[in-house]
Amino acid sequence: MNAALVLEQTLNGLQYGVMLFLMAAGLTLVFGIMNLVNLAHGSLYMVGAYLATAFAHWTGSFFLGAVLALPATLLVGVGVEVIALRTLYERDHLDQVLATFGLILFFNELIAILWGRAAIYTSVPPLLGGHLRVLPGVPYPTYRAAIIVVGVAVAILLWVLVTRTRLGMLIRAGASNRTMVGALGVNIRLLDTLVFGLGAALAGLAGLIAGPIYSVQPGMGEEILIQVFVVIVIGGIGSIRGAVVGAVVVGMVDTLGRAFLKPVLSTVVSAPAADKAGPALASMLIYLLMAAVLFFRPEGLFPARGRS
Amino acid sequence: MARGRRALVLGVGGLALALVPPLAAALNQPFYVDLFRRMMIFALAAASLDLILGYGGMVSFGHAAYLGIGAYAVGIPAFHGVDNGFVQWGLAIVASGLAALVIGAISIRTSGVYFIMITLAFAQMLYYLGISLETYGGDNGMRLARRSLFGPVDLTNPAVFYYVVLVILVLCLVVGGHVVDSRFGMVIRAARSNEPRARAIGFSPFRYKLAAFTIAGSMGGLAGALLANQTEYLTPDFMHWTRSGEIMFMVILGGMGTLIGPVVGAIVLLLLEDVLSALTAHWQIVLGPILITVVLFARRGLHGLLAGARPRDG
Repeated sequence: MNAALVLEQTLNGLQYGVMLFLMAAGLTLVFGIMNLVNLAHGSLYMVGAYLATAFAHWTGSFFLGAVLALPATLLVGVGVEVIALRTLYERDHLDQVLATFGLILFFNELIAILWGRAAIYTSVPPLLGGHLRVLPGVPYPTYRAAIIVVGVAVAILLWVLVTRTRLGMLIRAGASNRTMVGALGVNIRLLDTLVFGLGAALAGLAGLIAGPIYSVQPGMGEEILIQVFVVIVIGGIGSIRGAVVGAVVVGMVDTLGRAFLKPVLSTVVSAPAADKAGPALASMLIYLLMAAVLFFRPEGLFPARGRS
Repeated sequence: MARGRRALVLGVGGLALALVPPLAAALNQPFYVDLFRRMMIFALAAASLDLILGYGGMVSFGHAAYLGIGAYAVGIPAFHGVDNGFVQWGLAIVASGLAALVIGAISIRTSGVYFIMITLAFAQMLYYLGISLETYGGDNGMRLARRSLFGPVDLTNPAVFYYVVLVILVLCLVVGGHVVDSRFGMVIRAARSNEPRARAIGFSPFRYKLAAFTIAGSMGGLAGALLANQTEYLTPDFMHWTRSGEIMFMVILGGMGTLIGPVVGAIVLLLLEDVLSALTAHWQIVLGPILITVVLFARRGLHGLLAGARPRDG
């Protein structure tokens, strides 16, 4: 285990954390304002990845594909909100979990019908194909570095949007008292749709970014979705700040755990035992972390203010 | 549901289910014995979830974990040559109960979405634990060499195994009915409808909820032991979170807080899956919207539609 490897894996952890953040931001905003547990958020990630891949093949350019896929995913999200989810806001969490579980089945099967069940592939755009020298002697894939840059930029934009604009003010107001915002003459339904669309676009962005480095296949959304839930539960549901912290923590713990748990364990126990326990423990690590956080802070690290 | 009505429904339903093997034999369709046995096993799992979900208001999104523990409690001893059913099934009940005790002790401290997510997280942990058990097949799982042995009761005979499952299901429903009607069950229900008030009149809901969570886990484990015998193989997929979602859907489809409802829900859902998957390989594209429709428009489930009874105890 040398310093270069640790640096590389730390960057990978950050990159994964950024992806998780793009997903978590939408999910936590939707929860904060509409009080909706949306399991189908992972489906929007999948839709984003497929649309980007399809558009990229069609136009021959990754970037053109991305530019087309983003508004398309936003439209899919708005459609889902208007048709299926709008009536769920007033329901209890159980109904929401089940209905959005139904949406997952629907979307996975729809994608399987349109594109088949096998994974499809896109390549990294040539412009971002090379490696950067992070430090002398430590190359890092440009594409992954670009993901980190995009993620940080989105986080800053979101922060500006939520804290410095009129829309952001309405979002914050909606999170603390929906009825009151409605009573003040704001079209709360439109606000809901806007926020959901924004979340969908962010999930689509995560999906289209994921295309070239993870496999694009039906069910890809659920793998990341459950980790995203871990993120927002650790961070505190409804809190953007919690989503940032949770995403980075989960991304790091998961990536570093997978990379280094086995060698670290083998210094403590015998090598075969570490070989066996290492990968298992690494996959469980974030869930253990979440259980531990909830044990000490049942509402997560940054409980959203303004709700009981 | 009134005690008398439940006994009546149980009696009639039990008799109807008991007629399946002779009917299937008469029609020369042994497949239906297998299908209905599978339904009853899931009915048991769904009814056990209903104890905590419907009566206790605890939305556990990780109930498939107990199914998995029960299945491994059969598979692992069998792998090492221990085929005695009493040992295997006893282990299933105890191990899943203990797991539920630990999971519940941590989860019940939280509520709402946090509860949903932490139960899901624990099920995921066990799922990955199952994948890591290389000796027992890793993520491919393993075949069960033989069904559990119960002396003269031969589970390899489909009809015998069918009646064993039926008796267990009816017994668990009777016991479950007594539990929810008892003082203990009253406290659980009181805690669901108004926890501060339950606390104010001097109960400590935590211990009661934890006990209910443990009982439900044990029953789920028993269902898992049956399921392993049913399929004669086991994989970590028994604990996959979509499986938890399916069991939850059975409860809602049938009508939660009724015990009988989840049994109906399990039968209807598995029938639906059977019919739809015969029609098209893409049956989930139909099932998904059905699920959404049920949640949106039939909140009290089939039980509410059929019986017209209020699902919530007064």
